[in-house]
Amino acid sequence: MLNRTADSVARATPEPLARKVRGISDKGLAWLFISPTILLLLAINIFPLFWAIYLSFTNYRANRSNEVVKNLGFANYQRILGDHDVWIAMQTTAHFVFWTILLQTVIGFTLAWLIDRKFRGHAFWTTIILVPMMLSPAVVGNFWRFLYQPQTGLFNYIVAFFTGVPPSSFEMLGSVQLAPWAIVIVDTWMWTPYVMLICLAGLRSIPEYIYEAAEVDRASNWRQFWSITLPMALPFIMLAVLFRGIENFKMFDMVNLLTGGGPGSTTEVASITLKRQAFESWRTGYSSAFAIILFVAVFGLANIYVKALNKVKQR
Amino acid sequence: MSLTSAHSVVAPSTTSKRIAGTIIVAYALISIVPLLWIFATSFKTPPDSIAYPPKIVFQPSIEGYCNLFTTRTRQTPEYIHSLGPATGICDETARERNMVIAGPSNFLPRFVNSLIIAFGSTFCAVFLGTLSAYGFSRFKVPLADDLLFFILSTRMMPPIAVAIPIYLMYRELGLSDTALGMILLYTAVNVSLAVWLLKGFIDEIPREYEEAAMIDGYTRLQAFWRTVLPQATTGIAATAIFCLIFAWNEYAFASLLTSGTAQTAPPFIPTIIGEGGQDWPAVAAGTTIFLVPILVFTILLRKQLLRGITFGAVRK
Repeated sequence: MLNRTADSVARATPEPLARKVRGISDKGLAWLFISPTILLLLAINIFPLFWAIYLSFTNYRANRSNEVVKNLGFANYQRILGDHDVWIAMQTTAHFVFWTILLQTVIGFTLAWLIDRKFRGHAFWTTIILVPMMLSPAVVGNFWRFLYQPQTGLFNYIVAFFTGVPPSSFEMLGSVQLAPWAIVIVDTWMWTPYVMLICLAGLRSIPEYIYEAAEVDRASNWRQFWSITLPMALPFIMLAVLFRGIENFKMFDMVNLLTGGGPGSTTEVASITLKRQAFESWRTGYSSAFAIILFVAVFGLANIYVKALNKVKQR
Repeated sequence: MSLTSAHSVVAPSTTSKRIAGTIIVAYALISIVPLLWIFATSFKTPPDSIAYPPKIVFQPSIEGYCNLFTTRTRQTPEYIHSLGPATGICDETARERNMVIAGPSNFLPRFVNSLIIAFGSTFCAVFLGTLSAYGFSRFKVPLADDLLFFILSTRMMPPIAVAIPIYLMYRELGLSDTALGMILLYTAVNVSLAVWLLKGFIDEIPREYEEAAMIDGYTRLQAFWRTVLPQATTGIAATAIFCLIFAWNEYAFASLLTSGTAQTAPPFIPTIIGEGGQDWPAVAAGTTIFLVPILVFTILLRKQLLRGITFGAVRK
């Protein structure tokens, strides 16, 4: 209504006068407001991205910038896709993403489902549970190295206390079998609250009358859970999985500080391989190609997933 | 839970509430053990921190904090005797270990870097974000959805992948290891969050306010300044805190693109070493000091948390 009034007033006013009265035109103002952000992103995100695409076709090495840069065509891409170590890194990443998301979703949803009972003091305890996810993964992850010390660490001590295994008999970070799980544990500890918070929003969005109707129909609690609670919270759960999936695919901080990819390369997720190639071996061209492949992979998977998510939402 | 219960048919029964409460409290307590342990370790002496079995009761000491802020050198007891009386509590604790304080450590400058870079980038991101969010919220921007998606997608790239070309670009421009370079980078990363969150907040402010103001003779800019901004204060504050937390916690870029003068606290804290390995009480002290601001912010933010972590997708 008002909009139309303002528009008709504006249209009735001669153009130069309108400009004087209303200052800059809306269109001009819109661009004035938006362009700084776009320019910044072009300079800091897009220009470097294109540079990386260019470098990915060359043999450029950042530590020998005086050497002649040779164009290699798709050779870097071919080498990466044929590289056994890269596939191992991708498998490690997939393993890590799968287990962290599975654990976080199951535990996070259960916690949300329990909190939704609104027992006394639930708000306070929810806030306590949320604390780990706000902290720096690097700084806190670093401290977990201390908790995982074989002889003196608190984690080993507690495990020993409850199982009777001597605390110095296992090394969470030094053993090939345990190191991947050590990282999964820290990530789950840190990010379960994140999934919980989103699931809680999902559970609270379910209107009470649906449950009332189910009670009238004498649907069992079990039945209510499977045919009301879970399906209606599903879009939220999927959203949480999307965000965690993208984040954990990119995972760097925690792994770098806990194990640095070791022992050997058992916990070498894609980001660690990328860092080793780019900033230790200085194979800039090669690692740029790998970066592009990773980016396309995240972007592609996320897009497919968002489509699935939208389908679930529409149901 | 049965139909015969006295209260509302769908309200959880007292027993189920009690069970749920017990499990949640147990989980909450277990999940903060590592944080309590960090806090406790920061007040232990180095031998106490690695004692077996782990010490829950111990004589508190500020050695960790002393070691965090100072560098020390080992000296012979004779030399230490020849010095005058100790000048402070840190000096005293150092002398008990046959050490002499040699000077301040790098922790304080790194912490100050973290403050400058986090606040600088937050200010820029929120400033740019507010303008863009208003633009997207109120005007018909051509390809608005594509632009918004583009802004968000810049956040999907693995940080190491972004760091490679940024590293080269900054080397050319002389921005390597500078606070300005880090502020620009964090602004670019945070602006996507700021735009998405703030667009949600501004969408919720009725357009009628500005339109009324404009009919009263305000220009669009004045209307934005006098009616929209004051209404959006809560949203802007929440967004700012989220940006601040991101920049404060960020590690990947900082560890690759800064090494000295502009290094922030997260890459610095893991490198604190004492004699014969990591000086855990000092690391714990640094971690504690580093985490306290975030704890305060988390409590302030708890109502907006959900919105912030989902880029405004879930608003409760």
